[in-house]
Amino acid sequence: MINMKINGLPVSVEEGTTLLEAAKFLGFPIPTLCFMEGLLPYGACRLCVVEIGDGPKAKLVSSCTYLAEQGLNVRTASSRVVKARKMIIELLLATCPQSKVIQDLASAQGVHQQRFRQEHDDCILCGLCVRMCEQQMMAKAIGFQGRGEKRSLGTPFNIKSEVCRLCGGCIYVCPACQLRCTYNQVENAVCNGCANLTPPCLEKEKFDDMMCYMEPCVACEIKNDKK
Amino acid sequence: MRKTKEPISRKTKKSKSYGGLCLTCRWTATCTFPRDPEKPVLQCEEFEGDDFKPETASKIVEKHIGEQGELISILEEIQAKYGYLPQSALQLVAEKTGRSLVDIYGVATFYSSFSLKPRGRHLCSVCMGTACHVRGAPQVTEEFERQLKINREDTTPDKEFTLTTVNCLGACALGPTVVVDGHYFPNVNTTKVSDIIKKTQDGLDKIELHTDARVFPINVSCPRCNHSMMDATYLIDGYPSIRATMSFENNHGWIRLSSLYGSFKIESEYKIPMGAVVNFFCPHCHAELLGSSNCPECGTKMVPMIVRNGGMMQICSRRGCTGHRLDLNGVNL
Repeated sequence: MINMKINGLPVSVEEGTTLLEAAKFLGFPIPTLCFMEGLLPYGACRLCVVEIGDGPKAKLVSSCTYLAEQGLNVRTASSRVVKARKMIIELLLATCPQSKVIQDLASAQGVHQQRFRQEHDDCILCGLCVRMCEQQMMAKAIGFQGRGEKRSLGTPFNIKSEVCRLCGGCIYVCPACQLRCTYNQVENAVCNGCANLTPPCLEKEKFDDMMCYMEPCVACEIKNDKK
Repeated sequence: MRKTKEPISRKTKKSKSYGGLCLTCRWTATCTFPRDPEKPVLQCEEFEGDDFKPETASKIVEKHIGEQGELISILEEIQAKYGYLPQSALQLVAEKTGRSLVDIYGVATFYSSFSLKPRGRHLCSVCMGTACHVRGAPQVTEEFERQLKINREDTTPDKEFTLTTVNCLGACALGPTVVVDGHYFPNVNTTKVSDIIKKTQDGLDKIELHTDARVFPINVSCPRCNHSMMDATYLIDGYPSIRATMSFENNHGWIRLSSLYGSFKIESEYKIPMGAVVNFFCPHCHAELLGSSNCPECGTKMVPMIVRNGGMMQICSRRGCTGHRLDLNGVNL
């Protein structure tokens, strides 16, 4: 057993436990995006950063891939962690502003606006689909290709893969392509996503502010602030 | 590694003379194979052209399988053979190594040295790093595109040139820099582009013997009897040659080497097949010239000779290998 502290609380966990699992065991929430039960942790989205170490040696690590160590002092919500998380969410939002999953994360972390130019990319390179295909579907039909800003996802040579069974597992886990908010196509958008949440922004004339999926709806929040 | 080949007789095979110097190929920078001056085409003998043969590829795979880091070695060798990575080759590698095609494709697209598109005989990279960029690299690239009539990252229809841009070559002080087949051209501007293309077509490694400062004649003698080995009656490259006797495979006769440092021209009584190890003897004291050190390139025993103005020269005793070592005592080159 390994004894360590999470947010000051002593905890003893078995060897091989990740910081994320230990924090969950104690009930400390850590937001995650590229983590999914049943898939090996990948550490791509960096949303689950926590601070370890003390003083000038303190550093941020991704809790989903960092294994528990004897005597470790973990902070899951220090100001540094929160600042880093908010920045990561802003960057994710800029990459893929219409993703419901990212918008929900943003709203849960109190990010109501993001400063960067929106790219409207189809992919945030979280690697969920790649791991789903490899580890659950045992197919290995898709994977990463290229490097740096040209890194992308696809089948080899971008042709139909022989090993793909069209199971749809990749689409199922994708945080970017499920439940897309269509606020920018106002004419044909029936935004019922928000209707399930509070407050519905359907009564607005146009969805003139972005991220109407967010909970609470950012557009409405901003309007309220202006009043 | 190198295939042993039957000696090619000059009479039966038409061969262009390139002055006996091995010309460059696109693999110069990475080539570890001794090249064949008998066949000084612009591509080394590793190159097989664009026809993909599954047998050759499977041989390559079998050679490396089980090694640590086998995949990179396999892909590198396939690329050396065909100039690029054909789709069918990647599929074959996947089958043979038991890896998934996705992983192999990921590796092949990750490293910029691998290409999935056929490349031309000459790889021309224009540096577009910050320093080169502000000094006019974009215009240089456009000039290349205009003169070669291709876009960047493309190959000319005659498969001669491939034009790429790179982000930094680390030669920022020389910028804008262009590298063709491992040869650096510094301070390139748009007027120099046509020169570079012409030089590449002529062969970049062609050394102008009389103008190149790296080429100078040396005067050697036998390390045992200290008699001069120079033969003023027999000129090679216009300079007195180095005379020795040699023997290999029951052949025993004279051999004359060019005394120009940088020229690997030899003439001999019997034709020496490529790759044969030759024993050298002093023409005066008949002692075998046998050094203690091995060739840095192929590991064969080296032949020592004393340089007249002080120093020692050692050459590799294997035909075709250009491995040599020149130590001049205190003389500044």
